[in-house]
Order: sequence, then C-alpha cells, then structure tokens
Amino acid sequence: MQEVMKKALELLQNGTVSRILGWKTGDFFYDLTPAVFESAEEVEKDFVFSPFCGANLSKYLIKESRKEGKIAVFLKPCDSYSFVQLLKEHRIIRDNVYVVGVACDGMCDIEKMKELGVKGVTAVREDGENLVCETLYGEKTVARKDALLERCVSCKSKKVVMFDEMLGENGEENPESHRFDKVAELEAMTPDERFAFWQNELSRCIRCNACRNVCPACSCEKCVFDNANSGIANKAAVTSFEEQNFHIIRAFHVASRCTDCGECSRVCPQHIPLHLLNRKFIKDINELYGEYQAGADMDTKPPLMNFTKDDCEPSIVHERGGDK
Amino acid sequence: MKKLSLSKLNELFSALSQKGELYIPADEKNGQAKFTLWQEGLSMTENLNTVRSAKDLFFPQVEQMVDFKVSGKEIEIVENRHTAEDFIIFGVRACDAKSFEILDRVFLSEPVDTFYKERRDHATVVTLACDKPEETCFCTAFGIDASNPAGDVSAWKVGEELYLRANTEKGEKLLSSLNLEDADESAVEETKAEIKKTLEKLPFGKLNLNGFDGEHLMEKFNRPEWAELSEACLGCGTCTFVCPTCQCYDVKDFDTGSGVQRYRCWDSCMYSDFTMMAHGTNRPTQKERFRQRFMHKLVYFPSNNDGIYGCVGCGRCLQKCPIHMNIVKVAKTLGEGEK
Repeated sequence: MQEVMKKALELLQNGTVSRILGWKTGDFFYDLTPAVFESAEEVEKDFVFSPFCGANLSKYLIKESRKEGKIAVFLKPCDSYSFVQLLKEHRIIRDNVYVVGVACDGMCDIEKMKELGVKGVTAVREDGENLVCETLYGEKTVARKDALLERCVSCKSKKVVMFDEMLGENGEENPESHRFDKVAELEAMTPDERFAFWQNELSRCIRCNACRNVCPACSCEKCVFDNANSGIANKAAVTSFEEQNFHIIRAFHVASRCTDCGECSRVCPQHIPLHLLNRKFIKDINELYGEYQAGADMDTKPPLMNFTKDDCEPSIVHERGGDK
Repeated sequence: MKKLSLSKLNELFSALSQKGELYIPADEKNGQAKFTLWQEGLSMTENLNTVRSAKDLFFPQVEQMVDFKVSGKEIEIVENRHTAEDFIIFGVRACDAKSFEILDRVFLSEPVDTFYKERRDHATVVTLACDKPEETCFCTAFGIDASNPAGDVSAWKVGEELYLRANTEKGEKLLSSLNLEDADESAVEETKAEIKKTLEKLPFGKLNLNGFDGEHLMEKFNRPEWAELSEACLGCGTCTFVCPTCQCYDVKDFDTGSGVQRYRCWDSCMYSDFTMMAHGTNRPTQKERFRQRFMHKLVYFPSNNDGIYGCVGCGRCLQKCPIHMNIVKVAKTLGEGEK
C-alpha cells in the first residue's frame, strides 16, 4: 500500500506524468472509486491501494490517454491483459500512458463478506490472512481467502503482461486455476438442464448494463442495444427471449477478445455468473483453434478475427453432437 | 395490536394468500432477495432488504400498455392492460413504505397514471420494522423511523412472536379477518427502543442536507465538483433500477412481425439516450447525466414537493454501485456538512 502511494507521488513529483489513475478512498474502507489524481496533495489525501481495489482501470484509459499530458496507471495482473487487448484494438494511445504493474494476492468482495453474515460493516482492516471488520454489531473476522472475488478464486495469472515499471516481483501464469471447472459442469448437463440453469440466472437481469459498461472488450462508441436505428435497441427485456438475447449477443461479440478479467460478474447487482458465458467461449476457442489467451501479447491475432486453413468447419457443431 | 407466534408465520402467509396474491421478500440466490409471489414452501429472507425495491409491485420494470395487430390495411387495437385484483405485500421496510408516498406524488397527481393507480388501489401493505439495519442505511436523515414503519399494517418481530398493528382502514380490515391473538402495544416498546439505539449509530444517519433546496438550485447546479464526482461513473443504470423512488420510464414499441406491442419500461437518466429528442440530447456527457440524477433527488424534487427529498435512504445504491459513487458522497461533497 505505502509503496504504491509512494510511487504515485514520485511519478507526479519527478514529472514523469501529470496525472495518476488509481483508486480513491471511500467511507468504509471497502467502497473505493476509480479516480484521476492531479496533485501530490490529492494523492496524499485520498489515494488507496487495498484488498478492495477490484475495479479494473484499463478501460478508463480509452478516454484518459486522449487527454493532454501523460497519465500513470496502476495495473494488477488481470487488468494488464485488458490493457494489452485494448492496445491491440488501437483503443489506447500507448505513448500517453505510463504503466506501473502491481503484484496482486487477489481482491476481496464486500458482497461475499455480507453473504457470510458480516452485516453493518463500517470499517475493515487487514490482519495477516484475515480481514477484521468493525460492524454496527461488534467486531467480526473473515479469512481473506473466503472473501475473494470469484475471479480471484480461480485466478488465471499473476503475471503483469505489460508495464513500464513493476512494483514487487512479477508473478507467473497459473495453469492450475481450474477456471473452466464450472463450464465443464454445465457442459455435462443435458440441454434442458443447461437451459433451465441459464434461464434461472438470466431471469434476474434488470438490464442495468453494468456488465457491458464496465467490460473492457465492450468499447463500441455506440452499442447496438442503445442505437434506436438498429431495430434491436432495448432498455428492458420484453420477452424471455430478449432476456437471453442481450447477454448471448454480448458474449459472442467479445469472444476471442475477452481476457476473462471477470468485471462483468463483479459488478452485476443480481449476481449473475456472466463470466461463465465468456469462459465457455474461451474454452471452446482453446479446444477448436488451439490455446489462446486474449491480451497476453501484442502479436497474436484473435482466432475469430483470423483465418487459417486449419480452422474448424461449421460442421463441428454437428460433430460435437450439437448439444455441447 | 395483534400477535402471532413466529413458528406460525407460514400459516399466516397461507391465510393471507387466501385473500389475494401475497408477495414476501424471499431469497433468489445467496444474499439476493426479491418480493416473490408466496406459495407453500416459500419462506421469508433473513436479509434486511431486497435487491430491487417494493416499487416493482406498483411500477413494474416492464408493463404492457396496448397491442396493435396488423392484417392487410386493418389495424386492430387490442387492450391488454393489467387489471389488478386485491393483493398483499408483506415485509416492506420503512424506507420502501416511504417511497410509495414519493411515487404517489408523481403518479397520482393530475394526470393520474392509471396503470400505477390500479395496482396501488388494490394493495395492502404490511411493513416490518428493521431489526438489523446495515451501515448503508440512512433513512433517519429523511425523518423515517425504521422502528415504527408506516403502511396499512406495521409488524415487529419480538423474540418468538410477531406483533401486528393496523394503521389504516384497509389494515384494520385485513387484521380483523385473521384469527390472531390480541396483544398490548407496550409489547413492542422494548424492541422499538433497541432498534432506535442502532439507528442512532448509523454512520450516515445524520447526513446534513442543508442547502439542498430550490433556493440553491443554480448554486448546486454550477458546482465544479460534478466533474470529479462523475468522473468514474460507468453510465450504467444500477443505481436507478435498484432505487425505490426512481420513476422515469420510456414508452417503446416492440415489432412482433404482425403488429406492435406497446409497452413502457424503466428508463435511466444515466443512459445516453435518456429523453433523446429530435435535436439530440441536452445532456451530452456523463457529467450532465450524473448531475441530473442527484439534482432531481436532492433539489428539483423537494422544490416541487414541499421539501420532500426524492430519496428514502434505503442504501441500495450505496451497496450496488460498481464504482461506489453514491448520493451520500454527492451530498457530503456539495453540502454544508462534514466532508
């Protein structure tokens, strides 16, 4: 924490950058807001790096890198994949960004802590492997590992894939993340069971668009679902078909560009496991086109934006039994 | 005042459901509750509140208005509006109960919104005192007493008993039709006092809203801090859709291929196409959209409605905003109170 803030101050004071993109303190320790800091005073007053810095800052750089002057950004490993993917899509002006990679032990989720029965949390402090919460009803302790965001439980990589400077030691990819386990479980269901699973999950959707708006892969200037001229613009699901339509179209659109950063599920007010739709695509792409990780490097082409003679044929759907 | 053993709650629900559809807050998923149509086997959530507010039952997210069927050159108008029958909502919290008053001011003033009125007229609201408020609750800032909620009937859990008090004629009628034991009002006094003690401790319970009124409209509107406050806003509709007092909607036509389904659905001032007009939009960036939401709740609404704010302090937006920006942070930044 101290080290990250010190770096932010140093970069401002030595003139490397004129702005810092980081996380701003809230009222309860857990309620941080992404923010741009323009002076050392602002940083000293409000800059935070804590176990509640889940928010991925990469997408803000689409706008921020187009402003005058250079901006420094702190990227956790998973955020750095989004950053590289956005660079590949020419959405961020690299020269205007100074990337500081930060090592990450996983970020925590206040909603998960509340599910564990910790209510009325007015403050949280770290104590070794535990989070000690002051609440309206006395002190409660939660093991940090039980409070981790879903995406951190099955963390795919602790490696910051692009940086100008790294704070702490860079980590490694984690092939043992088990992130496709739940997808495999869904694949093992009968089509009717699977349909029921998704219908149940998606029926809770309130079309707040938080998943889309936070998604670094959703960077269209005007989303087709907001465009009155598209014929499919919609603010609410008017039929159960449309409930599914929005999420499935979105998953298709980000397929092979989605880095599996998990922001969609983090922000969903209805706790819909949206990342599973994206992971299904990632798993299929791995199986049909060879292992591919979006945002891992600047050189490889996303399989669905590329053509090779080895690409699978549409008949694969039939060959796989049509119900995978 | 009436009472009932909490072990007989299910029997109460069963009896209530005989009088019309009964909605209770029940868990949909871990930690996520929703007002759900009661049927045998459904039990009430342990959560303080539902993710979406009780306004859903009067002002649903999607409401069919009318259908048009087209065949050749003929257009047939098909009336398909919802006709309500008497129904009961059980377990509404004090904040949501207050939100109905705010919605009434919007929908029941001339011209009356007949869709809303239809549902409102047929509902009996049973509220439930809050035994365990969250840190995000600040209903007290709006003069709401969660230890003594409004509604047609108010209820308290005290130990192993549920106490019920009728507040209106509708409530009287409901309670007298049930087979309940008589009880004394004093039985809930201790519980009320305990709740009040917790309410005293709410971190935002005394949120200072001095200066948020029509008198200071331009001063608030022109504050430079809006830029910083809205900087990280994703422009999603989470705050508006979980809010018990947000009441904006859009009327849309859905092309069925052989006609049109006209429906209305919740809209959000956070969206880029909100109140889009032929000339475009008058709120071109997220700053103006963000400002609209908070100005409406804290300045425009009270200045048009006898000083009543368009917020009930339920805290849902505090819990659900993906970037943790919210009405409390706005009020603290722009207000006269402690920063």
